[in-house]
Formats: sequence, structure tokens, C-alpha cells
Amino acid sequence: MNVGIGARVKRKEDKRFITGKGKYTDDVRVENQAYAAFVRSPHAHAKVKGIDKSAALAMEGVIDVLDGGQLTGDGIGNIICGWAVTSKDGSPMNMGPWSALATDRVRYVGDAVAVVIAESQALARIAAEAVEVEYEVLPAVASAAKALAAGAPQVHDNAPGNLIFDWEIGDAAATDAALAGAAHVTEISLTNNRLSPNPMEPRSAVAIYDAAEEHYTLYTTSQNPHVARLVLSAFYNVAPEHKLRVIAPDVGGGFGSKIYIYPEEITCLWASMKTGHSVKWTGDRAEAFMTDAHGRDHVSTARIGFDANNRITGFKVDTIANFGAYMSLFSSAVPTYLYATLLSGQYDIANIHANVRAVYTNTVPVDAYRGAGRPEACYLVERIMETAARELGVDPAELRRINFIRAFPHQTPVIMNYDIGDFEANLDQAMAAADVAGFAARKAEAAGRGKLRGLGYSSYIEACGIAPSAAVGSLGAGVGLWESAEVRVNPVGTIEILTGSHSHGQGHETTFAQIVAERFGLPIENVAIVHGDTDKVQFGMGTYGSRSGAVGMSAIVKAMDKVEAKVKKIAAHVLEASEDDIVIEGGEVKVAGTDKAMGWHEVGLAAYTAHNLPPEMEPGLKESAFYDPANFTFPAGTYICEVEVDPETGTVEIVQFTASDDFGTIINPMIVEGQVHGGIAQGVGQALLEQVVYDDDAQLITGSFMDYAMPRADDLPSYNVNHASTICPNNPLGMKGCGEAGAIGSPPAVINAITDAIGNNNLAMPATPLAVWKAIQAAG
Amino acid sequence: MDITGEYRIAAPRVTVWEALNDENVLKACLPGCEEIARTSQTTLTAKLVQKIGPVKAKFDSAIELSDIVPPESYRIQGEGQGGVAGFAKGAANVTLEEDGDETILRYSAHAQVGGKLARLGSRLIDATAKKVAGQFFDNFHSYLHPQEGAAPPEG
Repeated sequence: MNVGIGARVKRKEDKRFITGKGKYTDDVRVENQAYAAFVRSPHAHAKVKGIDKSAALAMEGVIDVLDGGQLTGDGIGNIICGWAVTSKDGSPMNMGPWSALATDRVRYVGDAVAVVIAESQALARIAAEAVEVEYEVLPAVASAAKALAAGAPQVHDNAPGNLIFDWEIGDAAATDAALAGAAHVTEISLTNNRLSPNPMEPRSAVAIYDAAEEHYTLYTTSQNPHVARLVLSAFYNVAPEHKLRVIAPDVGGGFGSKIYIYPEEITCLWASMKTGHSVKWTGDRAEAFMTDAHGRDHVSTARIGFDANNRITGFKVDTIANFGAYMSLFSSAVPTYLYATLLSGQYDIANIHANVRAVYTNTVPVDAYRGAGRPEACYLVERIMETAARELGVDPAELRRINFIRAFPHQTPVIMNYDIGDFEANLDQAMAAADVAGFAARKAEAAGRGKLRGLGYSSYIEACGIAPSAAVGSLGAGVGLWESAEVRVNPVGTIEILTGSHSHGQGHETTFAQIVAERFGLPIENVAIVHGDTDKVQFGMGTYGSRSGAVGMSAIVKAMDKVEAKVKKIAAHVLEASEDDIVIEGGEVKVAGTDKAMGWHEVGLAAYTAHNLPPEMEPGLKESAFYDPANFTFPAGTYICEVEVDPETGTVEIVQFTASDDFGTIINPMIVEGQVHGGIAQGVGQALLEQVVYDDDAQLITGSFMDYAMPRADDLPSYNVNHASTICPNNPLGMKGCGEAGAIGSPPAVINAITDAIGNNNLAMPATPLAVWKAIQAAG
Repeated sequence: MDITGEYRIAAPRVTVWEALNDENVLKACLPGCEEIARTSQTTLTAKLVQKIGPVKAKFDSAIELSDIVPPESYRIQGEGQGGVAGFAKGAANVTLEEDGDETILRYSAHAQVGGKLARLGSRLIDATAKKVAGQFFDNFHSYLHPQEGAAPPEG
């Protein structure tokens, strides 16, 4: 059976997942286990005047109640944002202090004030209710635009006017001139709605302190355990790296929200040292809504100019990004280098200028969520293109076609250098698969049934595998963005791949094994993928930004290159042939054109017995590589959404959703299609259903699945997923990344389709039945 | 959020007024009221247990009466701390209008909730407030007319 590149191999990990045998952080049971429960602020903004722990401490089974004064007193550092963004006037970003447990002030509902450590989870929670905190309530603000207004409540003393930074990219004067000289200018104002990530598994941590060794172990729901260890060590002063082991076992979804190091993990580590107990905390769904970093929450206005031939001359954008109450780990990169750098979309635009203001509010911190900046850019670009097409009276596909970039590499005016793509091929494939030619007939037929049928396009582009490290470093990143891999060939020929990528639903144990099995001609069962443990894998940057294929697997390829070279040397020596004549195929290492061969396992054994190795060769067969990409990768494609709207109720049915993606080389089409399905489901969720709502007092009022609408199976269509690929020239496998495309490309396709159906372009996400019905009424 | 209501009470206005100002009557009639104590002429403290949607909480409440115009109207404002369930605070203007031997009570309240109550219960506050008020006036009616048993809710 072919298990190599292009094979639809069933996921090796699913046996344990679908039989309930996955091992998640909450499944970890250790000796001397105690449980943490957090005392959280019910106020969006308040001074903490006092904490009365006496009633909680008096309860039998309560081990301790700890607060922020004790935490900072022990030298635990503030939580930081790891990407420095500089304002256009040259001033650094205004990062306010964020202690894992509040010391004197709380800034959002759910901000942790104290932690109870008790002998059971139930007792910890009951005792947390008995901790009395005296608050002096302060005025609060939830909306970023309102937070910028004069007289707004101040969230952090060191961020006057709540402004974190006022950043720009591109040439303002040239863009203004281009717009002034345009034959037509289209203007749009829109909101990118705030989302809650809602991974199936809530966040969890188990912290174990070994007093004899002065060593900590942390099991945690992380997408990047090595980054967690680095930050916990270097910035939060929990322990030096060699005294801290971080393990991220099976993780049930992340979508970005499990990149960051949250107050709870820090507190559990510190509390395990403080109390002498191992400390476990598992958040409930309410805590997930209240404390997991939210996504999106942009308010933007944009103007795009066209010449008389409908070619874009300039694009100007102004965005306000809500950062919440504190700067989360990668928050500053999201509305800047992951957003404004993608504002060229798939189009050849000579002049682009974007201004982004990042703002504190009394809400949960906002950070990367599936797509991270790129969905916001894509939504803006693809909504304004569709709007412009309507204003110009040009077919929206044609307007895109006129403006597509056709020569590569292409340098945009906003940093990105697109390496390769064939945007028209994706558009053509999507239009054929969606039978756009037959749409008029379908629309007429729907009208006969009293339904409004509409069709919307979205031609998205995104940037994955953020790199190279030197470039992102020059833009303010606090870390390098390479990946590591180690290939360990055992004496019996089986292989362990140690990777710095982390799988939390992506199927790495299968996809990664496929390229190894193919390369060395081995059964896929003989390859194991090891990840998520800082004691096993030396270092890695983790999984986010669709990077694990293009960056993580490239590192594996580089390490396999070294293994192959050594294998060939050993075989050439043993078989008395030239290295250049050695080939590896079908589980054998052969001399080409002869019947001389060694079994793969025999080479492994030869490497470890070292009885007959070439002179000077070290024994063993283990190689590692650190791979730093030369550029981002640029997945792109066109999505076409077709909807039917019931004008009586405003209900939207997605009757067809067609995708044509360019992901470069595809290793496992089944897994890739699954990623696209999931991404589109999340994008449809944003377009139709999901919305985090804070009231005017900054109280979170969508705090459960009763009030926060997630997409369900009956909200979603059967997807028509297609691929038209160009091969990425910048990594050895030619991969681009597929994890986020669905969530990036789909929201504008849905809204473009609905607005096409109802004849009113003024419709915000989420397009609930009420919103759609109102828009229909407003259209008359 | 704003909540308004109107109830017709089969008793003279002065009787209604006196009963409304008697903390023992309030304790007997207010659903979930475990304790109520007058701390001054115009202030009271109360312990109330309320269930709002999935959130059950005991509120330690401080209540203050102002703009008192016997037997016509007053303003009642209060703040309740429900521990981890969050908090509720609000104020209501209450008027009593004579209508023959009966009295029409009207209230208009503004309420604010925070914490878990807001997160899980905010869309249930209005219904819960109406339900609690309905139960209160049923009990109030029974108190004023002990021989009749419970009267059907009005308003």
C-alpha cells in the first residue's frame, strides 16, 4: 500500500481518540495531588482593596489561599507580549503590567485575584466562593472605539488614552495621491466580530514540584511547550529552563488559544512550590469563555481606487484593534504584521497604506485565533472588492481577474514577497466546480419558491510559516521562527521522529510518518512521532500559523537528508561500492544495477554495533536539523458560497460551498480536506452565528453556549473541496500550509453571497436571521 | 436593563403603604428572603437566595429608601453581593395610586448585574424579576387577605 506523499492514509492517532483512550492533561494523576480554583473578579474594572481569606482557610481540606502580593513577592514576573511593535512616531508600544494574580487592580471580568489550593476540586471551588474580596468599582469600557474617546476610563496608567500603539505601513502620500486621481473610489466600513475560540478541551495544568531536585514539571494544554518553558523561565522567573520540564500531551484543539502562557499555568507552578503539593487546575467552559484569549475584534474603514480600466490604483485602510485588558503573548503581531501585510490580497496594487491603532479595553485579552490577522485582512479586501464590483457594474469574478497578480515573485508594497501562485487557475477551478454558469437558472428557480438566492466570491491569500527568523526579528519578534527535528533510527531499523511541532488535532503522527516511510521505504507502523515534551525534544517553536508542514516537516526532511547520507556511507562501505551507486528503496539499501543489498534494519544494526564502519565514522544513526525557511509560504485560493435566504424570516441556508485551494504539495489529501472543512466551519460560524458580546459595563454576557452560538452540523453544507496547486519553491517538500485557509477565506464569501441575495450590501457579521431580516427590510 | 410592572392590590392605599414598610411583611412575602433587618429609618439589610437560570446565589444586600412621600411613593435602591455568582444592583421608583378601595402599585426599575449572573443569566433577568415580583404580590395579597388563600396573579 502506498503511504507516501499523496496517499489518503487513515490517521494513526484516531484509534486512541475515538476509543476514548487519548491522554489529556486532566487525565494526569500524580501523588500528593491538590487542586486549584481561582477567585475571579466579577467587575470589569476595580481596585482590589482587600482579600479576606479567613473563611476559606478555616475549611477542612483547604491547603492554602494565595494572592498576587505573595506571587509578586516571590519574584514571579509579569506576563509579557513577545513581539515589540513601534508606533509611527518611533515610540515603543505601551505595555501595561499583567500579574498572574492581580495585585491592586482588576481589569476584566474573570481577572484572577487569588487561588485556593485544596484537597479536592469541589472543595477548592467551594472555598473560592468563601474568599471575600473587597473591590472599589471603577468605570469600565468594552469597545475599542469608545476606549479611544476623550474621557474614557483608563485601563492602564502607562497607556494614555488606552492607546497601545499607533502603527502604519505603506506610503500614505502616494496612496492618497492614487486615490485622489482614481476614476472610481469605493469606501467601506466594517467590523470584524469578536470570537471565542472554544476548543473542545478546556485549558488545564498539572504542576509538580520536586523539592529535592528543585525541579518543576508542568503538564499543560499547550500548542508550543518549548516556548512555554522559555517564557516561564526567562520572563516569569518560575525556574531556570534546565529545572523545568513542560509536557503538552494530547491536546483537544487550540485554534491559537493554547499558544499563550496564561496566569493559571504560572500560578499552578508557583503554588506547587509554595504548598509542597502537586497542583492541578482544569478550567470549566465558563472560565474558557471568560479567560481564553479571544480573536478578531477589529473596526475598519477602507477606501480603494480604480482607474478607468477597473485596475486598482490605491488602497487605504484605517483599523482599530481591541487588545482587551492586557497584551497577550503575540497580540501585537496579529493586527500588524499578520494583517496589514496581507492587504494586497491577490491583487497587483502599487499603493497601499494602513494605519492600525491598538487599544486597551476592560475585556479578555485578544490574540491570534485561527488565521490571526489574515481573516481580518481577507474580509476587508474581499468585501471591498465585491462592493466595488457592484458599484462599477462589473462581474465580481471579472474585477478580480483584471487585478490578479500574474508574475512571480511579486513584491507587494506591504513587506510580503509572494513567491508563487496561479490565482486565475483557482478562480477558474472554483467557478467550474460551483457551476457559476448555471447560477442564473438556480436563482430563478429559487425565486419561484419565494427564496432569495445569492452567490459570493472570496479570493483569499494568506502567509504561513512566518519566517525567516532574521526578518521577523527585525520586525520585533522576540523569538526565531524556525523548527527542529531529530530522526532516530533504532538498531532494529524502526524510527522515532522528534519534532518541535505539536499536534492538537492536525494529524502529525500520520502525515509526518508518511514522508519518513516513503523516504526510507518502510511500513508506516515502523515510524513513531514524538512531540510535546521538552525532555524528549530539544527545542521547537510549536504549532500555529499553519507552519507544521512547511516548516516542521522541512526540518524532518533536512534531518532525513543527513540520515540518508550516513546510511549510504555505511552501505557503500559494507557492500564495497561507491556511495553514489547506493539507492534506498523498498526497505533495502542497494547498489544500483546489482543484486547487492542490505536490509534497512541491517544498516541500522551496523551503525550501532560499529563492528564494520568506515574509518573515522561515529557509531549510531541519529541526526537532527534546525530549519529556518527563506520566506513565508503563501497559500491562496478562491471560495464560492451560494446561499438561499428566506425573506420572511431572514434565515440563511448555505446551499453550496466550493473551495479551490493552492496548498502546494499535499501529503495526505484526507487530512487536508478535513482541515479545510473545519476551517470553513469556523469561518461560517463567524459569518452567521458567533459573536462575543460585552454590555456597556464591560460585563461578558455571552458566557455560555446558551448565548454564544457555535455552528452545528445543520448550519453547514457538504463542502466541495478542490485543489489547483503550485509548488512552493522555498521549502524542500513544496508545501504551503492548509490549517487556516478555510477560516480565512470563507467569511467574506458567505457575506458576499447573502448581500448579493438580499440586494443590500450593508450587513455585518454575524448575519443572524434578525440581522438579515432587518437588512432586507432596510433594502425595501 | 429596565424593568417595569404594575399590580392592582385589593386593599386601601394606606394599608398597602404600611405593609410595604413593615420588614416582617417583606420577609414573609419576598421569595427566598432568609433575613431582613432594619438598620435605620431608611436602611435595611437582607439575605436573599435567588436562582436566575443556572445561577443560584445568596445575596447579602444593602437596601436604602429615599424620596419617601407617605403613602404615595418612594425610591428603593439596593446592592446585593452574591459571592462568585457576581453581583446585582438596582433602583426602583414605586408609586401607589388610590383606585376606590383598591391600590395600583407601579414600579420602574433599573438593574445591573455582573459576573456569573451577567454571563449566564442576563437574558433571564427580566423573566426572573417578573416571576419574583409576581410571587411577591401573590404572597402580599395573601397576607392582606388571609381568609381568601392565594389570589390569582394580576398585572
